[in-house]
Amino acid sequence: MDKSLEGRRGQPFRMVVEEGKVREFARAVKSSNAAYLQGPQATSPTTFLASAAFWQRQEHSPWGDARLNWERILHGEQEFVFPGPPPAAGTELVAESRIDRVFEKEGKRGGTMTFVELVTEYRDGSGAIVAESRSTVIETGKAPQ
Amino acid sequence: MMWDKLEVGTVGPVLEDGPLTITDFVRYQGASGDMNPIHHDTEFAQKAGFPQPFAVGMRQAGVLATWATDWLGPANVRRFKVQWREQAWPGDVLTYSGAVTAKREEDGQRLVDLEMTVTRQTGGTHLKGWATFVVPA
Repeated sequence: MDKSLEGRRGQPFRMVVEEGKVREFARAVKSSNAAYLQGPQATSPTTFLASAAFWQRQEHSPWGDARLNWERILHGEQEFVFPGPPPAAGTELVAESRIDRVFEKEGKRGGTMTFVELVTEYRDGSGAIVAESRSTVIETGKAPQ
Repeated sequence: MMWDKLEVGTVGPVLEDGPLTITDFVRYQGASGDMNPIHHDTEFAQKAGFPQPFAVGMRQAGVLATWATDWLGPANVRRFKVQWREQAWPGDVLTYSGAVTAKREEDGQRLVDLEMTVTRQTGGTHLKGWATFVVPA
């Protein structure tokens, strides 16, 4: 994979934390915690920002014209950081994704593996960062055993 | 009160999840918007070299977060990280567990760090996790 992908950014995108989506997501991760169901002020679940895909179009992705073999892409690591409580239902976020780092490692079973670290920063209406998502995706040389 | 009850080595309640079904995967895929067919389409998974569809890693990350936030509070999480190890498959029964690895005060906030694991019924590790929670006074 191309090292020059480092630093690429997608265009900023809008994401609204919706009460119904919070409920649906909480159900899908087997939570019935009252904090996720308390109406318009519900806290969003820790990994809720994984649903940002619904708010992203191609121009919001930092991949651009990069060609990836999606059958060989694995999600290796995922981190969410919150300076305060996770965003509550009703919060309108503006997010921006970037490719932070690209590096290669020799795998024991899957041939040469390329690691790509993607970061998405989420800001609230005041411009403050309220969440950061950091994903490491791995492109393997062949199907892992 | 909670702060006094948390010490390095304090373990959270264990959560069992499973047997996993493709319906569980599809429910998460619908909620998250990641409709990769490798998690529900047998023919697609086999063409990609897998014996059958496998679990969506982010689903179990989310269930692990449920485990942690049911214990320490949904609004208190400040950092949550997972690393996937071996895949989980339909029929698996997963066990979620974890313990406090550090207790510290920073910028006037009381924090605990956790280390967590999701284990398959085979004993294999599906994912490892790390989290930081604030503990309100």
